[in-house]
Amino acid sequence: MTKDDIKETILDILSDIAPDDDLSTLKDEIAFREQLQLDSMDFLDIVMELRKRYRVQIPEEDYPHLRSMQSTVDYLEPRMRDLQKV
Amino acid sequence: MAKDFLKDCRDEYDVVVIGSGLAGLTAANTLAKQGRSVLLLEQHYQLGGMATWFKRQNGHIFDISLHGFPIGMIKSCRRYWTREIADSIVQLKHIRFDNPMFSLTTTFDREDFTRQLVQRFGVTPENVVAFFDAARALNFYDEREQTTGQFFQKFFPGREDVIRLLMEPITYANGSTLEDPAVSYGIVFSNFMSKGVFTFEGGTDRLIGLMKDELARNGVDVRIRADVQKVLVRRGRIEGVVVNGREIKSRVVVSNANLRSTIFKLVGEEHFDRTFVDEAKAVRLNNSSCQVYIALKPGEQIDESCGDLLFSSTAPKFQTEALLSRDVTSRTYSFYYPRTRPGSDRCLVVSSTNANYADWSTLSEPDYEASKADLIETTLAALEKYVPNLREKIDHIEASTPKTFEFYTRHIDGASFGTKFEGLAVSRAVPQQIAGLYHSGSVGIIMSGWLGAVNYGVITANDVDAFLSGTERPADAALSL
Repeated sequence: MTKDDIKETILDILSDIAPDDDLSTLKDEIAFREQLQLDSMDFLDIVMELRKRYRVQIPEEDYPHLRSMQSTVDYLEPRMRDLQKV
Repeated sequence: MAKDFLKDCRDEYDVVVIGSGLAGLTAANTLAKQGRSVLLLEQHYQLGGMATWFKRQNGHIFDISLHGFPIGMIKSCRRYWTREIADSIVQLKHIRFDNPMFSLTTTFDREDFTRQLVQRFGVTPENVVAFFDAARALNFYDEREQTTGQFFQKFFPGREDVIRLLMEPITYANGSTLEDPAVSYGIVFSNFMSKGVFTFEGGTDRLIGLMKDELARNGVDVRIRADVQKVLVRRGRIEGVVVNGREIKSRVVVSNANLRSTIFKLVGEEHFDRTFVDEAKAVRLNNSSCQVYIALKPGEQIDESCGDLLFSSTAPKFQTEALLSRDVTSRTYSFYYPRTRPGSDRCLVVSSTNANYADWSTLSEPDYEASKADLIETTLAALEKYVPNLREKIDHIEASTPKTFEFYTRHIDGASFGTKFEGLAVSRAVPQQIAGLYHSGSVGIIMSGWLGAVNYGVITANDVDAFLSGTERPADAALSL
């Protein structure tokens, strides 16, 4: 998967988690929390969904990497680059 | 021959969940949806744990803990249960306080609290904003030395009335006190007192019934009257459980039993590190409760101006000791109008007070019965102030004590709100002690109440799924080659 594929996957997951938010204006480098109404359960849902779809394991101590789109994609890229997009 | 409650049970599952409180139910459901085979074991004859109800003659149904959970429950039920469950959650709009310091009714949201604090209590708007923001900003990882009482003193020094308004509902909801860490108050307050309180239309029996249907759809094997005697551990790993005398294998056990029962009764302290055992022993249980259940005759009504929840007290000041004392001065009434169960013509009232187990467990049988009768009589005398001609309207009345809670839930000391703050860290550290063992249940105040329990069930299910995925490494490795 490319960085763009990963970003698209995250956006798809976010559209389920935050159905009332407009994701088209989401800025990559700004924290999700500052732009969307996300709580800690929402971040857990992202982690669970990534494991379900791609079997990617994100340990709890790495959750801070999911701060913004930019940091999430940077963190996931080496872990997902060899996977095929579903 | 006695009925076999484990008839046609398999010999092995991926996961065994012990206890069907909201955390156990939600963990079981989430894991089943993730494709795991799950066996859910409940010692009682109905599911739900403290999310429970009971029926009496003339078709009365009493709810134990239904009224008053935060808005977040809607999202959690939609995501981890079903749309139908989420859509049945409705707001309770009349939350009432009556005590020697003030009497008021509120919709229990940030806007209305702000209005009341400014207009009625004379607090400056800036101070209210600062308080709400500070409560929200209290972080789990920040210092934990500050108590809730100290936190209040910063914003409302000497204002016992303001503190009472902001604290009394939280004490009712999770048993916490002014002596507990401010961080636990901040998290619960921000969830609870910013967007109103909610209930489930149709009652606890309908909620648990819908959850049971969903568990069946997702393939969870649910067994009642299934009493787990032992969790089996070998060389630091989970091997399964012994339930009703039968051994069932599993790689994972999720215990929704009380934290201390899990460690010291079900598993046994010999399987844990010395340091961990000491920490677990130091975990304080939360207090228990007394409740009085009052059903009116069919068709008899209570005026809805009584409110949905009424925090009433005759104590001149708000004090933790007074709240727990057997000399009851504070009662929280949950009024269940017919609309709780659409189609019903029943009005019921459940009066709740926090209580110490030791005050009830040491009584002789006659003293215990006399104390229960006294609890009922004093509750009626107090409630008459709000419901005129109450005694003529009553069809059924009874009381429960910490002993009752102990009997039905098997919680040590009848604890009705899990453990104090330190229980959370111990609960979370359980898997590091024994591979495949997880605890999920009411701990640390934060993971308490209906929403906390549901969410903790999901958090644990995520840990379990990661653990089980991790043990399937060969397949994983093939993927990345």
